[in-house]
Amino acid sequence: MMPDLGKYAATVLAAYGATLVLLAGVVVLSVVQSRRAKARLAEIEGRKGTADV
Amino acid sequence: MSIWEYANPARFMRFTAKLLPWVTALAALCLLIGLVWGFFFTPDDYKQGSTVKILYVHVPAATMAVSAWFMMLVASLIWLIRRHHVSALAARSAAPVGMVLTLIGLITGAIWGQPMWGTWWAWDPRLTSFLILFLFYLGYMALWEAIEDPDTAADLTSVLCMVGSVFAVLSRYAVNFWNQGLHQGASLSLDKEEHVSDVFWQPLVISMAGFGLLFVALVLMRTRTAIRLRRASALLLRERNAA
Repeated sequence: MMPDLGKYAATVLAAYGATLVLLAGVVVLSVVQSRRAKARLAEIEGRKGTADV
Repeated sequence: MSIWEYANPARFMRFTAKLLPWVTALAALCLLIGLVWGFFFTPDDYKQGSTVKILYVHVPAATMAVSAWFMMLVASLIWLIRRHHVSALAARSAAPVGMVLTLIGLITGAIWGQPMWGTWWAWDPRLTSFLILFLFYLGYMALWEAIEDPDTAADLTSVLCMVGSVFAVLSRYAVNFWNQGLHQGASLSLDKEEHVSDVFWQPLVISMAGFGLLFVALVLMRTRTAIRLRRASALLLRERNAA
């Protein structure tokens, strides 16, 4: 299934690897921050009995 | 129905709650198709060999890195002119995503350049302005963190964004301006001499759509986070004042 990348295999795999790691990093960070913010706001609003945004 | 109605945070949250899952799903689909097609099912280039496959990550990342800065510029101008807080928060939310895309462009470009140009880096006009754009991203994010008052931070970062736009323009058009340096012209072009072969451009366009949609999805998600945090801070302040 893996294509024959010849003598540039390490080069191509390094480029894809770096891309996927960095993209995954920013996605995971964004999701974690989103969940934390949601929980924090829910906690404060729960205390105050204010409406959700 | 005016677009300015979405400057209302509550309306923005309601609208994006419906939009976000669709944009995210479409981004994942386009990325999957574009990258799998590009990596597994396209031939090697007669000159570049298999390194041509780096095109499917490098070109979309670099294009979106510059486009992200322009999106931040538009959002910053809206903030400066109309004082819509959602707009300032959207610009702020886009910066880390744009910075990561710029970093991907720099890293994949260096990895490709080493075997093709014989060097990881050259002080070529396009590469240099792209590196400066990366530094502007870092400076923009640092400035937001450094200023406590959010409105002042939004004002000053908007000005920084306008200054940085010079380098965003240069990193896209430096090849046309100076006609020198190592970096080639546009991969997707109306000029048939410059345009990549059909076998490469189809997965490239899908991959570019994937990167674009992923950027939109992340900016929407991060803006929603920023709005929630802003509201949490306002409620806490109200609580303290009431105590």
